[in-house]
Amino acid sequence: MPEPAPSLLKVEVAVVGGGPAGIAAACRAAEAGAATLLLDEGVNLGGQIDRHRPGSPPPEAARPWLERLARSGARVFGQTSCFDAQPSAGGFALVADRQGARLEVRAGRLVLATGARELFLPFPGWTLPNVLGVGGAQALLKSGAEMRGKRVVIAGSGPLLLPVAAAFAKAGGEVLLVAEQARRRDLARFALAALGQPAKLWEGVRYRAAFGGTPYLPSTWVKEARGRSQIESVVLTDGSSDFEVECDLLAAAFGLVPNLELARHLGCPLDRRAPGSPGVRVDARQETGVPGVFAAGELCGVAGADTARAEGEIAGLAAAGAWDGASPEALALARARERGRKLAVALERTFRPRPELRHLAGPETLVCRCEDVPLGRIDPAWTPRQAKLYTRAGMGPCQGRVCGPALSFLFGWREDSVRSPLQPTSLRNLLSPEDR
Amino acid sequence: MTEPAPLSTGETFEITVDGRRLRVEPGATLAAALWNAGIFHLRRSAGGSPRGALCAMGICYECRVTVDGAPHRRACLEPCRPGMEVSTGA
Repeated sequence: MPEPAPSLLKVEVAVVGGGPAGIAAACRAAEAGAATLLLDEGVNLGGQIDRHRPGSPPPEAARPWLERLARSGARVFGQTSCFDAQPSAGGFALVADRQGARLEVRAGRLVLATGARELFLPFPGWTLPNVLGVGGAQALLKSGAEMRGKRVVIAGSGPLLLPVAAAFAKAGGEVLLVAEQARRRDLARFALAALGQPAKLWEGVRYRAAFGGTPYLPSTWVKEARGRSQIESVVLTDGSSDFEVECDLLAAAFGLVPNLELARHLGCPLDRRAPGSPGVRVDARQETGVPGVFAAGELCGVAGADTARAEGEIAGLAAAGAWDGASPEALALARARERGRKLAVALERTFRPRPELRHLAGPETLVCRCEDVPLGRIDPAWTPRQAKLYTRAGMGPCQGRVCGPALSFLFGWREDSVRSPLQPTSLRNLLSPEDR
Repeated sequence: MTEPAPLSTGETFEITVDGRRLRVEPGATLAAALWNAGIFHLRRSAGGSPRGALCAMGICYECRVTVDGAPHRRACLEPCRPGMEVSTGA
């Protein structure tokens, strides 16, 4: 008989986010003897890259870690969304929505591993049903969606385009083309750098082979999605000539931005030294600028799953008070992290969205999907706060997670401040038990 | 200790969407089950346009539907359960 769901838990280490970084952190913290809780929003652990259906085997890289987590003694709560976090009694209090009910966690230390989400840039027709993100389309596929016979166009930017195309081809989808907005010479230079990491190059070759004759078009991007009540065709361009392709699904997104909300709410400073979307600033032990709050993975800057796992291990050990920076293992993890940071720089340089993408949206194109605010109503000279107050852009359920990064790209805006609740939740969950 | 994963024992089962019965595979999310049934409109925007899933990972809330009376459930994060009753806002 399952135990009744607790409403208050006390632990030494709470890890938020069950992707590669969070799983690694929870393993190491629990193995080091800390009472550890891992919170994750999803139906299953794995985050985005290791997403799999309950009952289906996880991706190969994730398997040993999931088995290790099951043995580690860490407690795991899925389908749980953190919507508030505060310093409390020498540690931290997290408040979460666990399948509709309120959960409070008191933790001595936190490891934030909230990952990244896709960068969506508005273009005419982007709000039509069956226009999804690239990771989004793959998430839908991996969640049990049948794609056999569906005509798919994959567009946008980043190394994610290839494995997603391969996944769709393997699932019986008809991948019509892959449009990468980056330039051929930048992609070639990135591929050459990958020669320093042969495993990655081989991955690329395998992906390319997996979908055979499908065109992969550099310097090509989406101009418009067309259709009446769902997408029927997409217009693509290379800047000088356009062409139109009929499709059932358009997967379009332009790279990843870290999910910073919880970290910023706790006051963690960001690292704005490198170009591109900033991540949370951390030291060599993955501790943020807020003592007791550690961070790992894409949250610290987008650098892929291997880096996320190494950073997760460091953060878990450090949060449990078990980090020995001089040990051979620590040195190996630190080296893995360094390789990852170099990869992050190369990724940003290669796949940075080109200026033309700022001009796809017209005045009528919606930029805030939650509140139906067209681009033409927004003054570039505003701050995000003004946009919220004057147009409601950013005030919908996504809380600016979709329109915010788009407006940052379009207008150079910095992100607005963050307030609790960080996720929509019921009023009842906002009340502490004493107030009910 | 890990809490049990959602139902996924191999047998298909039924859910109801807007009064229509659908047979779904175990382990599929609600968003996937709706896609498989050809239900691509999950709700209407503030301005009345049809909308479906966008991010499929719980960020955008475009896929929000009412499940067993609870509103604003993200279909992309919702496991299907036998007998589940879903109303879309389409």
